[in-house]
Amino acid sequence: MQSEPLLRVNNLSKLYAPGKGCEEISLDLYPGEVLGIVGESGSGKSTLLTSLSARLEPNAGEVLYRNAKNEWLNLYELPESERRRLLRTEWGVVHQHARDGLRMGVSAGANIGERLMAVGQRHYGNIRKEGLRWMEDVELDVSRIDDKPNTYSGGMQQRLQIARNLVTHPRLVFMDEPTGGLDVSVQARILDLLRTLVRDLNLAVVIVTHDLAVARLLAQRLVVMRHGKIVETGLTDQVLDDPQHPYTQLLVSSVLTP
Amino acid sequence: MSAATIRDGYNFAYLDEQTKRMIRRALLKAVAIPGYQVPFGGREMPMPYGWGTGGMQVTAAVIGADDVLKVIDQGADDTTNAVSIRAFFKDLTGVETTEKTREASLIQTRHRIPEAALQEDQILVYQVPIPEPLRFIEPSEVETRKMHALEDYGVMHVKLYEDIAHFGHIATTYAYPVMVNGRYIMDPSPIPKFDNPKMHQMPALQLFGAGREKRIYAIPPYTDVKSLDFEDHPFEIQQWDESCAICGSHESFLDEVIMDDLGTRSFICSDTDFCRERGPIEESINMPVDTPIDTPIDILRETL
Repeated sequence: MQSEPLLRVNNLSKLYAPGKGCEEISLDLYPGEVLGIVGESGSGKSTLLTSLSARLEPNAGEVLYRNAKNEWLNLYELPESERRRLLRTEWGVVHQHARDGLRMGVSAGANIGERLMAVGQRHYGNIRKEGLRWMEDVELDVSRIDDKPNTYSGGMQQRLQIARNLVTHPRLVFMDEPTGGLDVSVQARILDLLRTLVRDLNLAVVIVTHDLAVARLLAQRLVVMRHGKIVETGLTDQVLDDPQHPYTQLLVSSVLTP
Repeated sequence: MSAATIRDGYNFAYLDEQTKRMIRRALLKAVAIPGYQVPFGGREMPMPYGWGTGGMQVTAAVIGADDVLKVIDQGADDTTNAVSIRAFFKDLTGVETTEKTREASLIQTRHRIPEAALQEDQILVYQVPIPEPLRFIEPSEVETRKMHALEDYGVMHVKLYEDIAHFGHIATTYAYPVMVNGRYIMDPSPIPKFDNPKMHQMPALQLFGAGREKRIYAIPPYTDVKSLDFEDHPFEIQQWDESCAICGSHESFLDEVIMDDLGTRSFICSDTDFCRERGPIEESINMPVDTPIDTPIDILRETL
């Protein structure tokens, strides 16, 4: 792990109402690191993620990002065009519902190619080749490249969404419950895929989940949130095996084991 | 302008002076920012949306007593839409009208650009049904405006990609998206892509009016207009093996016409004025009419 962080969050607050949202969040994310954010529904996990990924302006605090040119950028002081450029080049966002992250009206190949075209690629053959390669990498049937995503199953849509995000080789990916709503066998395959991709591409990932098993599998470091605040942070195994905060203890003890 | 030539009780060119002023302000802004869609307070016109209310409002705002007006619909001067709009402005402005492209100072068009090259002292007004080129892929107006503002145009090529993926070539044949002045993506209204190259560096002023959507945009004279494409699938215009059955033209946009119940087909120029000016070819030259196709009726006749 490198010594300089990739993303630095200082005293970030985004409140919809008192106690609703996230408050006074500070954290660092290092290159190649997977950071899990866990907590119950309504604890501000998704709000935090949206704010981190430059899609929701916070009320207070700042988010700093070190870009590929090694410059520190203050996200909410950047012009919106720059923020959008980051979102389609150096970053990726994987939504819980694939419908939010995919264009359902166009083919899978076009979904994967969109980011490439957005950053200026104008060679159809190359875009097509990349699409096929990524379909293979996320274990999708390449013969279905011209089918629309709404003919895909939930798990396939999720894998397509991952491919669509990774095609521009981002450095940082935000994931909001990427396996929520999928059955356990499909969930296992996607987790496996994510783990491989994270390792191979040296991605930094911020992953929001309420599933501690997912967090244990993917995340190296864990942030536990409750009522919009961070109540505990630490290495994943440490937090899950020896929880300190009463809420974390409750969370860990509530996990059902079949 | 002489009052006697205008129908009693109406203002010159139908719209009141304040409305025309408002439209002219929108036009000035549109000309200043080529390809940018300027909202304007579109008025009710005495005909339904979709029949050219936007183009008519632009024409009404720019027409003067000295103008010579030509109105075309799909290239023709004698179709319902063209005849009605021409009669409307003749009635309410008293200006001279013409069917000759070269004589007109103001041309309102639907779905075509005249074949004859336009000049600096001419204005071309387009009727536009859907001004937003991003609409097909992004239904939200808030989002499309943001995309224009931030030059976030990746999705435009998604449509072309889909065409190639499904048909092996760019199958969009009309309303083919263009980049204006290297900045704004623009819908050139449903003209055939055959006409797209004519917009590039055109000496005449081009104005676009969308009545239902209440948007005006423009291309000033001598502005770069580039049709979007891929490096390995460059932009191409339509071509025909046939030539016009009347004038024999090989270089104009041709309409396919069904001649009889037996499926006999023929091709004629879509621009009637262009065709008329060239004049009919000699009868001796064999008319390039297709051989009749075996229709179900033919087959039926033979079997009976």
